[in-house]
Amino acid sequence: MTSTTTPSTAARGHVAAAALLGAALLAGCASGPQANPADPFEGYNRAMSRFNDDVDGAVVKPVATAYKDVVPGVARQGVTNVFANLGDAWSFVNNLLQLQLEGAFNSAVRFSVNTVLGIGGLFDIASEAGVERHKQDFGLTMARWGVPSGPYLVLPLLGPSSVRDTAGFVVDWEGDIVSRRVNDIPVRNSLYVLRAVNKRANLLGVTSVLDYAALDKYAFTRDAYLQMRAQQAGQELPLNDADDDAGRLPPEE
Amino acid sequence: MMNRRSLHRLALGLGASTVLALAAPAWAADEAPDALIQRVSADALETLRTDKSFQTGDIAKIVALVDKVVMPHVNFRRMTSAAVGPGWRKATPEQQARLQQEFKTLLVRTYAGALAQVKDERVTVKPLRAKPDDTDVLVRTEVRGRGDPVQLDYRLEKTPGEGAGWKIYNLNVMGVWLVETYRNQFAQEINAKGVDGLIATLAQRNATGESK
Repeated sequence: MTSTTTPSTAARGHVAAAALLGAALLAGCASGPQANPADPFEGYNRAMSRFNDDVDGAVVKPVATAYKDVVPGVARQGVTNVFANLGDAWSFVNNLLQLQLEGAFNSAVRFSVNTVLGIGGLFDIASEAGVERHKQDFGLTMARWGVPSGPYLVLPLLGPSSVRDTAGFVVDWEGDIVSRRVNDIPVRNSLYVLRAVNKRANLLGVTSVLDYAALDKYAFTRDAYLQMRAQQAGQELPLNDADDDAGRLPPEE
Repeated sequence: MMNRRSLHRLALGLGASTVLALAAPAWAADEAPDALIQRVSADALETLRTDKSFQTGDIAKIVALVDKVVMPHVNFRRMTSAAVGPGWRKATPEQQARLQQEFKTLLVRTYAGALAQVKDERVTVKPLRAKPDDTDVLVRTEVRGRGDPVQLDYRLEKTPGEGAGWKIYNLNVMGVWLVETYRNQFAQEINAKGVDGLIATLAQRNATGESK
């Protein structure tokens, strides 16, 4: 990688990468001409991204590929739908917390229709009936009430996040139906694994696009993540606000 | 993890958008920008469903298709110059031509895979909010298919001259502007290795299809 003061030797081992977490957080180790003000922890973040990529390449991606090869598409769609339906319940709570009444209403309708008529969420009847998903999480709820994104932060195994969204994720986890309502530990852990593997399988095509699109995959992912979250939160960034000037470039000389 | 799901939609959206203009090249010179996007999107999706090149992943044929039908609707020179940033002005005409060529190939190769996934998508153009005499407008669209709708917005400029009409020079997928995102990528390379270094990096990427 080309930029800044990333200690590439320290990043070789996974243990070293994990150990780097604390040190980098304390030191705020990104500096130099290309230091991004939204990414003061770039050194740590890059190390953690490499760690995540290594784990993905060694374990997660092969498992997800096998899952996709073995399990028929109809069954995988059902798995996706069931977990998305649980997500709609949490989106309902967060829409309500944000006073987004249309979103709350739609999420409630979606959850009840899909749970009852869609057999526990196996089928997404609501989407076919034109009731749109209004996906929300607690990070967006905090954004709605003025909490800024804070620095970009790459989480172990979970990937791109920010300081605000990490705090949001902790609350999301508490509100997660699988973690709250499934008391049998082996069953719950199996559900976690199934959810993660299914999600990764759905993303197999995407990550190959990302691998090709970016010259610097880390910076590309970071910039896209921060822009997308700002857009989802409805924040007015110069690059993508609701204004009609969004995306306007100065005329060519 | 919602970011990953978002990236998934991002890739699908980019896939749909890259072929937005697989359309009949003839159009009225005074066609409105939103009408242009509507017509071209519909034609592009139709082409995508019927043409086998995308299913087989034949890059050379896809590039030829894009050159023939997409590029007439895009001011790719402006797109590239904006993505390259201040380095563009210092580049020689030969370097500028190489940059455009390699950037285009990068985009086409990147999204060729995603294009093969496009099946039942439809594009809805939102009402245009622009004055009749505007020469630089934002056209907002939504791509709907399986799953959640994908936001896809275009920045168009009115170019002077016969048969020139409106041309796309920037595009936004789910809140991410293409030019701005690549500007950071390119600046990093140019700062480290200069314009020739950027060209070499792009060329190598396009030749091998591998990331660093």
